[in-house]
Amino acid sequence: MKKRLPDQAGHFGIYGGRYVPETLMKALKELTEAYAFLRKDRSFKKELAGYLSTYAGRPTPVYEAKNLTRQFGKGRIFLKREDLCHTGAHKINNTIAQGLLAKRLGKTRIVAETGAGQHGVASATAACVFGLKCVVYMGDEDIHRQALNVYKMKMLGAEVRPVFSGSKTLKDATNEAIRDWVSNVEDTHYLLGSVVGPHPYPMMVRDFQSVIGEETRRFFEKECGKLPNYLVACVGGGSNAIGFFYPFLKNRNVKMIGVEAAGEGIRTRHHAASLMKGEVGILHGMKSYLLQDSEGQVQLAHSISAGLDYPSVGPEHAFLKDSGRVRYEPMTDRDAIEGFKLLTVTEGIMPALEPAHALGYLKSLMPKTKKSDMVAVCLSGRGDKDIDTIKRVLHV
Amino acid sequence: MYKVKTMKKRNRLIRKLEEQKKKAQKVFCAFLTLGYPSLAATSKLIESFEREGVDLIELGFPFSDPLADGPTIQFSSEWALRLGVKMQDAFQQVRDLRKKGVEIPIVFFSYLNPIHHYGIKRFVLDAKKAGFDGLIVPDCPPEEEKLLQKICCQEGLSQVFLVAPTTLKPRMKMIVRHSEGFIYYVSLRGVTGARKSLPIDIKRPLDFMRRQTNKPVLIGFGVSTPKQGRRLAKLSQGVIVGSAIIDHLRNSRGRLSPTVRFVRTLVNAVKKHG
Repeated sequence: MKKRLPDQAGHFGIYGGRYVPETLMKALKELTEAYAFLRKDRSFKKELAGYLSTYAGRPTPVYEAKNLTRQFGKGRIFLKREDLCHTGAHKINNTIAQGLLAKRLGKTRIVAETGAGQHGVASATAACVFGLKCVVYMGDEDIHRQALNVYKMKMLGAEVRPVFSGSKTLKDATNEAIRDWVSNVEDTHYLLGSVVGPHPYPMMVRDFQSVIGEETRRFFEKECGKLPNYLVACVGGGSNAIGFFYPFLKNRNVKMIGVEAAGEGIRTRHHAASLMKGEVGILHGMKSYLLQDSEGQVQLAHSISAGLDYPSVGPEHAFLKDSGRVRYEPMTDRDAIEGFKLLTVTEGIMPALEPAHALGYLKSLMPKTKKSDMVAVCLSGRGDKDIDTIKRVLHV
Repeated sequence: MYKVKTMKKRNRLIRKLEEQKKKAQKVFCAFLTLGYPSLAATSKLIESFEREGVDLIELGFPFSDPLADGPTIQFSSEWALRLGVKMQDAFQQVRDLRKKGVEIPIVFFSYLNPIHHYGIKRFVLDAKKAGFDGLIVPDCPPEEEKLLQKICCQEGLSQVFLVAPTTLKPRMKMIVRHSEGFIYYVSLRGVTGARKSLPIDIKRPLDFMRRQTNKPVLIGFGVSTPKQGRRLAKLSQGVIVGSAIIDHLRNSRGRLSPTVRFVRTLVNAVKKHG
């Protein structure tokens, strides 16, 4: 990496940018400026670090999964335990940081989009801590699929607004959250949950999630005396993956693999492999890879894990794919279930279905590794939320 | 800061706006979603609107994720997509209308993705050839897709940019310079859709823009009644009405005449008090 990305206007090569209605340009500019100031501001950094350590439960451990390692008999496998964060996933890193930022900006209300409800719960939690009013947009389909998280958000005092437009899922919830923001931009902060959307979100959310990779790096430097050979993380919008990868990008000998959801298979129409099967397009304020039909209409994504069920991907991932720095591999619903079962029975850790895709990839990766290799997997969330889905699939 | 090349080529839109200026008359622009309620209806409505004295047509090409639009235009877009409306239909419709002698300026409105997917250069060439005169892409600010601006400028397709109530003065100057044909002033914070009341403080930004440019400023978003139209036309060079027209179509169950009558009252309100 010679230059720091993104550039001033939020471009990662040809990707990223700011493709939004004019009404939002002022708010995005303000947010960019505020963030540029706060990222260097000592009191902000100190306050954020305080919340992350005493409230969110950081640093999270890196666990050497010896039983899992034995299964393959090759390289050593390590797990970055983001599932141990408060609210059960890495999402809280971002919502706490943006909640604090919203408060500093003088906003009194946040809006958020959610698919599975994880980001919704993390947003409602942050709103709770910082005394902000919170509205979460959620597709009507998803509300029925994720009843438990809806209930949690309500308990936390958030208002959950069902979205009936389009496909009634995450992409439409995102549209609706942006529309709300356009209408209430003066007092409202849009708490975007992933490294997607218009500049500065892909950069800002990446920075807030980079704590995952930084801690992982410190662990390997201190405990192993060298950096891992492979990093593996799942990619939907891509926030846990970019946070995990980013601090290692300059180290060329650390190989990185982003695992996309291939749903029922990338040869079917039911998948969420936007990097593998998408074309360059514009959605939700950014240019990136996008699943679209022959007329440039956005296609629906499909994955067993609601958190990966998104037809596009963060622009930095698009850039990293093109540059060849990160390799992206598709894993099907079935692979993910296998990954889930594997970790549960060998290590007694139930992963969420999102990182289960990354675990599913180990069966392809591990045979190629040497005994001395070290593989780090980002375990981005815990599996409680997916128990119903898994019960349905496994008939247990 | 920005190098702006002004468009040399003239088109129906530019000629129409000059004509209205000479006559000291306001401009009335009507929005329609291509394929709502059907492709044939869209054509018929454009012809009738021209007869009623509508000056411009903003023809919305449906997109699956219309970020800047409220429920009404979301509805008409979803409807049109279910009918399977394609980019070629847009070109074919306008080509046929032009063949029939329809001379009303038509501005293509859509989000960037369908245009980008079609191919930017190919899109501009085909749109121009079919008989479109302008282009509005609400999710493409002047900073992005310079290629689109360049080709529009070369081919004589007027790319219109939007100014919002949140736009600050230096930026307003920049947009005013980039916008071709006219400037689209978004009257309120929010998405498109008919509103009962309109914001009060829109005079100041309009005065500011008038001092910056000779290009006409048209006000859109939320204009729904003849009374509102009249009030806003007084402050600017004209108005754009979209959702209120689509609402009328939706409520008149397939018949077009009530909508045409409604548009007539809007035209009268806007123009008679110019």
